Amino acid sequence: MNPEVTNQKYVALIGNPNCGKTAVFNHLTGMSQKVSNYPGITVEKKIGKLKSDSDEQVNVLDLPGTYSITPESIDERVVAEQVMDWIHGINKPSAIISVVDATNLSRNLYLTTQLLDLGIPVILALNMMDRVNDKIVLPEFEVLKGKFGFSAVVPMSALGGWGMDELKTAIQTAITCRKPQKSKMLFSSHMEIHELLDPLVEFLQRQFDYTPRIARVQALRLITRQSAVDLYRPPHSGEHHFSMEIVHEIEKLREEAVQAVKKAGLNHRTLEATIRYNWLDNLLQQSEKKEVDVLKRKSRSEKLDNILTHRIFGPIIFITLLIFIFQSIFNWSAYPMKWIDAGIGLIGNYILDIMSSGILRDLIVEGVIGGVGAILIFLPQILILVFFITMLEDSGYMSRVAFMLDKFMTKVGLHGRSVLPLMSGYACAIPGIMATRTIDSWKERLTTIMVLPLMSCSARLPVYALMIGAFIPARKVFGLLNLQGLTLILMYFLGTFTAFVVAKIFSKFIKVKGQSSFVMELPPYRIPLMRSVLHQVYMRGRLFLFNAGKIIMAVSIVLWFLASFPKTPANIADNTNKANSDIIEIVNPIHNSYAGKIGHAIEPIIAPLGFDWKIGVGLITSFAAREVIISTLATIYNVEGDGKNMISLSESMKNDINPKTGLPVFSTLVALSLMVFFVYAAQCMATFAIVRHETNSWKWPLIMIAYMTSLAYVASFIVYQGGTLIGKF
Amino acid sequence: MNSIADFAPGDIATIIGFTGGMELQSRLVEMGFVPGIQIRIVKYAPWEGLVELKIRNYHVSIRIKDAENIKVKKYES
Repeated sequence: MNPEVTNQKYVALIGNPNCGKTAVFNHLTGMSQKVSNYPGITVEKKIGKLKSDSDEQVNVLDLPGTYSITPESIDERVVAEQVMDWIHGINKPSAIISVVDATNLSRNLYLTTQLLDLGIPVILALNMMDRVNDKIVLPEFEVLKGKFGFSAVVPMSALGGWGMDELKTAIQTAITCRKPQKSKMLFSSHMEIHELLDPLVEFLQRQFDYTPRIARVQALRLITRQSAVDLYRPPHSGEHHFSMEIVHEIEKLREEAVQAVKKAGLNHRTLEATIRYNWLDNLLQQSEKKEVDVLKRKSRSEKLDNILTHRIFGPIIFITLLIFIFQSIFNWSAYPMKWIDAGIGLIGNYILDIMSSGILRDLIVEGVIGGVGAILIFLPQILILVFFITMLEDSGYMSRVAFMLDKFMTKVGLHGRSVLPLMSGYACAIPGIMATRTIDSWKERLTTIMVLPLMSCSARLPVYALMIGAFIPARKVFGLLNLQGLTLILMYFLGTFTAFVVAKIFSKFIKVKGQSSFVMELPPYRIPLMRSVLHQVYMRGRLFLFNAGKIIMAVSIVLWFLASFPKTPANIADNTNKANSDIIEIVNPIHNSYAGKIGHAIEPIIAPLGFDWKIGVGLITSFAAREVIISTLATIYNVEGDGKNMISLSESMKNDINPKTGLPVFSTLVALSLMVFFVYAAQCMATFAIVRHETNSWKWPLIMIAYMTSLAYVASFIVYQGGTLIGKF
Repeated sequence: MNSIADFAPGDIATIIGFTGGMELQSRLVEMGFVPGIQIRIVKYAPWEGLVELKIRNYHVSIRIKDAENIKVKKYES
């Protein structure tokens, strides 16, 4: 054992999905990790410092929710690998806090019994005590403690905020005494099973120095699932590493054990769980009558679901909700956007007043305030979108959507569990791609990842909003829907619909073995914790502002230089014009700038889509992040302008005339073509990086860039050329 | 022998075991689907495909094709 890694004392939080683990973590550490009401939303380990009066620093490790320490999906593998490290003596925690949902004790305690085998002190955190009603009979806490061998049993409610001090005290006590209580759970009553597994058990004991108890449970786990064998096989993210020879020996002995178990008329896939549940159910002594009473009781959530997942009303309510959300993005944001716009105008004009003219003033007003300001306006819309998505997730509604849509999703090559990642893709593709880890089949997970960037993320929202605000009239249609909101819905629909089509195509080409399955808990509905929702909105807003502050400002400044230099003296430009009297327009110096040259160079490629050189520059800069096109256009128009006033971006766009054709640069058709381009275009570096990370190969991000770019070009071409053609008749 | 898929919403049944070599059974047993335990069939999803069950005081949904592999008998009190 490496002494350095064990220097820092820590306790680990382990529990089923939806047992309130993250809320416990937040209380213990004072951090505010996202609390969600969707199974498996914590996909990565988190570490924080225990808040306590003690001088000694203790860390708290939060692990993803899991039903078992033999993994079924990638998010569960994180816990399994961590436990494997502990079994092999690496970085053991001082104590494990087993968080369980007290309203659903037997299933939650299953995982706890697995933890009790590890020889590490286990504290039982009986969470959600406030939801225990008269139908649920809990055993005496002292009995629980004694029979299982917990170092403490702490009744509590993390959401209600009570029992936390007792839990902290229990942690301190467990850390100081360190000696695990003896668990009464023994396998001695199943001697006939042990004999079947003996060769495997003996090998494990000899090879890894396991205690007899660990060797037995490991043998049981190995015959349960192939994934338990894979935990011994390199490469994985755990610290333990074994040679392939050992793995082969394990596989051979496992196969023999499986055959022996089968011959004895037992089921190797269910053996471990059956033994543990027999022990548990026996101990909790739930009578059959009580069990059925609990089953018959209809919870409030079930009554709600009578409507919300109803065969007919369910889907209608879901679609209505989506329409409402996208309408609200426009309706609710109008005033705050006006205020921000006015504020930025004031600041810009104030600086124009107080600073003497010169390059520095131009840089600040045209580059920084013009560029960054143009993006800040869209902050309210992004916050509204994130607010709604977080509300849906936290209320428990998203798992119902997965329940309703699994059939449809399977038809297009996706999975019911693809719904949440795809929906969070409306906010940002990156957390969406992370959330695909809860999909246990690789084929469907990969398909979901590949189409996820087609879901219009919040970085596209400003682009749509700018174009719609400037070129789509704010008329009411059908009495209550706003034409602008409707156009926005159309863009989101276009991306989503295409995602399904592309998924169908991809699923035909991705050849991976392994069957797909769907097991999903439907957690009780809960009124979202406003503190947690607002925190999520705040985090997203901060990220947006951080982007605006760093990337967008940097791009804006660089762009301002590229657009302003080399400076062509105005009189030279004038003379040239006099000499060539056939050129009507005065050539603006920006055309000869570096940015102008770059834009003009790519203009021939994008002209068929209806885009001029300025949009071309925007398309290039938007590779850093999509919303940068807005600051780019704003900077270019400000540089092009007379420099005496801050110009509103949408006004400049409306008034811009193409010197070659004498026609406006922007029209409703160009705006539509540009929006469609943004629906499809692959433009976000961070997304490709995360796809590379999650698929472990450059192949998939490259395919993604290729198909999205082709789609963008072709679709925009069709919109613009088709639209022009229709316009001629 | 009946499977869960043969029952209507509202019915209560007792689990007997699993048919075939279905891989999913490891997960279901870990979630408490052990022989002798009762379940209630809550409802079928819109467009079918999934069935919602209540077991051990929690709700869970699985695909009907998987439910067909869970052997049950009708519960009689």
